[in-house]
Amino acid sequence: MAALTARRAPVASTSRAPIVQVENHFQPHYPHRLNFYDKAPHFDVTLEQFESYALNRLRILAEIESSFMRNRSHDDLRTIINTQQKKYLPLNSNTAVNIDHDEERKRDHVSHFVLRLAFCRSEELRRRFIKAEGTLFKVRWETDDSKERVEWLRSRDFGWIEVSEQEKSELEPLLKACTPPAFLKNFESERYYKVPWTRVPDLVEKRRAVLRAGTAYVAGREQFSIVFQQFQADLEKALEMTARALPRLDEDRLTPILDHLAQGFTLGISSEYSSAPENGESITADMIDDLARKHFPLCMRMLHSNLREDSHLKHQGRLQYGLFLKIIGLSIEEALAFWKQAFSKKINDEKFRKEYEYNIKHSYGLVGKMANYPARSCQTILTTFLPGTNESHGCPYRQYSEDNLRTALQKTWGMSGQDLQEVMGSVKTQHFHVACTRVFELTHGVKKGEGLGGGESVNHPNAYAQKSREMEKAKSEAVASAVRSGGDDAMNID
Amino acid sequence: MAGNDDAIALDPKSPEVMTSFYQRLYPFKTVFTWLSHSVSNPGGTNDGTTGNGLSGRGPVPAWTHREFAFTLQNDAYLRYLSFNDADELKKQVIKLVPQRFEVGAIYNAKPRDKKTLPPGRLQPTRRELVFDIDMTDYDSIRQCCSGGAVCKRCWGFIAAAVTVLDRSLRRDFGFSLLLWVYSGRRGIHCWVSDESAMQLTDDQRRAIMGWLEVIKGGKEMVKKVNVRGGRGDSAGGPLPLPPSLEEALGILSSEFFIPLILQDQDVFRKRKEGWDVLLDLIPDKEVRSRLESKWAAQAEIEMEDDDDDEETQSNEVRKSEKKWEDLKKEIKGVPKGTPRRQALTAAMEDIVLQYTYPRIDAEVSKHRNHLLKAPFCVHPGTGRVCVPVDPLRVNEFDPAKVPSVGQLLGELDALAGSAEVDELDWEQTSMKPYVEMMEEHNRRILQASRERKMMSEGRKDMSW
Repeated sequence: MAALTARRAPVASTSRAPIVQVENHFQPHYPHRLNFYDKAPHFDVTLEQFESYALNRLRILAEIESSFMRNRSHDDLRTIINTQQKKYLPLNSNTAVNIDHDEERKRDHVSHFVLRLAFCRSEELRRRFIKAEGTLFKVRWETDDSKERVEWLRSRDFGWIEVSEQEKSELEPLLKACTPPAFLKNFESERYYKVPWTRVPDLVEKRRAVLRAGTAYVAGREQFSIVFQQFQADLEKALEMTARALPRLDEDRLTPILDHLAQGFTLGISSEYSSAPENGESITADMIDDLARKHFPLCMRMLHSNLREDSHLKHQGRLQYGLFLKIIGLSIEEALAFWKQAFSKKINDEKFRKEYEYNIKHSYGLVGKMANYPARSCQTILTTFLPGTNESHGCPYRQYSEDNLRTALQKTWGMSGQDLQEVMGSVKTQHFHVACTRVFELTHGVKKGEGLGGGESVNHPNAYAQKSREMEKAKSEAVASAVRSGGDDAMNID
Repeated sequence: MAGNDDAIALDPKSPEVMTSFYQRLYPFKTVFTWLSHSVSNPGGTNDGTTGNGLSGRGPVPAWTHREFAFTLQNDAYLRYLSFNDADELKKQVIKLVPQRFEVGAIYNAKPRDKKTLPPGRLQPTRRELVFDIDMTDYDSIRQCCSGGAVCKRCWGFIAAAVTVLDRSLRRDFGFSLLLWVYSGRRGIHCWVSDESAMQLTDDQRRAIMGWLEVIKGGKEMVKKVNVRGGRGDSAGGPLPLPPSLEEALGILSSEFFIPLILQDQDVFRKRKEGWDVLLDLIPDKEVRSRLESKWAAQAEIEMEDDDDDEETQSNEVRKSEKKWEDLKKEIKGVPKGTPRRQALTAAMEDIVLQYTYPRIDAEVSKHRNHLLKAPFCVHPGTGRVCVPVDPLRVNEFDPAKVPSVGQLLGELDALAGSAEVDELDWEQTSMKPYVEMMEEHNRRILQASRERKMMSEGRKDMSW
C-alpha cells in the first residue's frame, strides 16, 4: 500500500503541470543516512526524475548482482559498490560538508520506491530485488559513521530485550563458547540481547548465538543481523502488498517506464546459460565420452567417470550433469538415449521409463512446471544442493578430501609436481575457482593469469567447456592435433 | 475382504489387501485431527457406518488447503490433491487404492484448484517442520546391512539420531509437539506440530538445518565434521565445539559411541573403510604413522590366526575398542595443554560425531512444499505400517516387530464373528498402541491450540 502513495505523487505532479512547480519546492527532511523505507515518499517528483533516479539506483543493484555472479568476496563488492554509489547515488554522512543531505536522501528514497513498483511483479524479481537491496543496505551500514548508526538505531524499535547482568553471568560459559576468540577479551563489556530466534535465522544457521527454548541470545556486535533480517522481512511483505495493489495502477505513462526498468534488471545480469548457445552445434549421446575427456571441468569429469563406473548417478548428480549437457547442446532425445544407455547395466528400460524419464524431461522443461532450468553455475554448485554422504556431485575442489582431490587431478590430467602443488594451494585457501581456472590454464596450454581469456576466471562449468571447445575449433588442424596428443598422453596414465 | 489366501493377504502390493487395509484399519479420523489441529467428530453422530461421521464442524483450512499426493499402484504420482473433510480423503483413497500417500503443506488456496489459479498464486503458508533420517546415509559406516535392509543392530544409529535431535528441538528451539514415525523400511521421520514450527518460512527452516547439521561433504570427503569454524588455520589449536554440539557429544559418547560403534558395529575392525578411515581422521602425522604400523602388523598376525579359529575372536576385546584405546593412549602421551594435544582431542571428538551424529536429509526439512509419507501408510516393499515411535524408548524399538499389513488383516480375520460391533477395527489389532500414541499426541496438540486461543482472547480483553 505504502508504495502506492509513492506512485500517486508523481502522477499528480505530471498530470497537473502548473501545481508541480509549486509543490516541488517542498523538500523532505531526513535526519539519518540509513533508511528502512517504511514511509512512502509523500511529495511530488517529475516523470523525468522518477525515471532517472530509478535508473541510477538500478545500475548499482545490477552491479551487486553481477558481483554475486562473479563470486566476488564481500570486501571486493563493497569497494566496487562504494565507487558506483559515489557516481550514481551519493549518500553522505551528516558530517560531510557542502552537501545537500536531504536532496541525496530524497533521491535514495524515491528511487527505492520506484524500483519496488518495477520489481514487485514476480516472485523471482522480488527475490532478486530483496537480495540486492539487502546487500546495498549492508554496504551502507558498514560504511556508516558509527555514532550516526547508533543514533539511527535509537530512532527505531527492533523489539530486542537487553540481557540482565545476572542472566549474562548465568549463561557465561555458553555465551563464551560461541564467541570467536578475537572477541573474548571484550566479553565483560559486551551487551547481549534476547530475541525470538526466528528474527536472527542467519546467526542460528551459523551457530553464532546461544539458543534456549526458542530464544536467541545475541551479542551486541551481531546487532546488524537483527536489523538486516528485519529489513529483508519488511521489504518482502511490502513488495507482496505492492504486487497485489499494482493491477489497480491505471497510469499508462508509468507502465512503459516500469517495464523498461524491470527488463533492464533482467537483461543486465541474466542467467547466461539458460539455453544452448545459438551458434553452438548440437551434440549427440555418443560424443559425450570424447567431449568429457577433452573439454569438461573436473566437476563434470568426475560425474562422468562416476556414471561410467557405477552405471548410475544419484538425483542431484544427474541434475548437475544433465543440465550442463543440455546447455552444451544435448537434445532431449539424445539425453534420454544417453542416460538410458549409461544406466543400462543396472536399470532395465521399464524401470528407466518409470523412474527416470520424467525427471529428465522435467529438467528440459517439458513436463510439470515447464520451467527452463539453467545449468548450475559455480556459485550454485558451491553453495546449494551440497552432496550428502553418499553423493558425488558438487565442486570437487571444495567437496573432496585433500588426498582424493590430489588423486583425481593426477588420474584425470596426469598433473604432478609444481603444477599440482599450486592448484592444491589455491584449494587450501578456499579459492576453488582459482584452482579450477589454473587447471584450465595448465591443461589448455594457456599462460598463467589468462584464464578463460582476458583474465576471466571460471565461474560456470559451461563457460569452461565452451571456451575449451572454442579453442579447439579456433586452432588450425595441426596445432589442434599437437595440443591434443599432449593432452592425451597425460590422460592415458589411468 | 482379504480372503483366506495367505499369498494375497501378505502381499502389500495387491490392491485387494490395500483396499481392506484402508477400509478397515487406516485411522483417518486420528490423522485428520493430527493434521488439522481440530476435532473432526460433530457431537452426537456415531462413527463408522453412516459415512459422514468423519466430517467436521464446517471446513477447516488446515485440512481443506492441505496438499496430499498419491502414489498409485502403477507408480503414477498425483500431486496437488486436497479434500473437504476426512471422509472425502477416505473415499478417494479407497477408490484409487494408492500404494501410499504423502502429506504436504497447507496452502493459501485449495491445492486441487491449482490449474484454475493464476500461475504462482498457490503458495504454501504453513507446514509441520519435518525431518527425515534414512539408513542409506549410514551405508559407509554400518557393518550389518546395506541399502534397503535394516535390522535391530543398525537401528542403533537411528536411536542415537532420535535422542540427539529430539533433545535439541525441545531444548534449543522450544518445540514440544514432536511425533516420530518409523518410515516403514529403513528410516524415521519427525513431524513438529507446534504453531511456531508450522509458521516457519523456508529461510528459517534452512537456519534450523544449519544449526543441526554436522555431517557434511560427499562420498569423496573423508572428514565430514567441520563445525569448529573460526580461524581456519592452525594458530593456537582448534576452537571448542559450539555449546549445542558439546551437549550432543556428551550424550553420544556416553551412550552410543562405545556400545554401538566400537562394540556392536565394530566399525574399525577391517582395514579398508574401517581403521584406515580412522587413521585418515587423525591430524597428527607422528601418531598416525605409529598407529598405522602397529595396526598393520597386528592385521598380519590375525590373518594367520584367522585360519585356525574364528570362534575365539568374539571372546576377545572387540578390535575396534582396542584401536580406540590405542589412540587414546597415544594422545595421553602428548603433553597436556599443547596445541598438538588439543588438536588430537578435538579430532577424537569430531570422530565420535562423525560416526554417531544424526545424518539428516537436509533438503526435506528446508522447504515447506516438500512432501513426506503419511503416518500409518504401508511400505510397499516390506508391508510394514509406518507407526509412531516413542523417542524415549527408541532404543527398544525393533523394526522387525512392527506389524505388517498382512499380519493385521490376519488378526482381523481371526477375530471374525467374535468382534464387538461398535469397536473400530484397528482397536482390535496390534495397530492399537500405535494409534493411541498418535491420539495422545493429538490431545496435546488440541490442548496447545486451546491455550493459544485463550491467550489471544485474553489479550483482546486486556486491550479494553
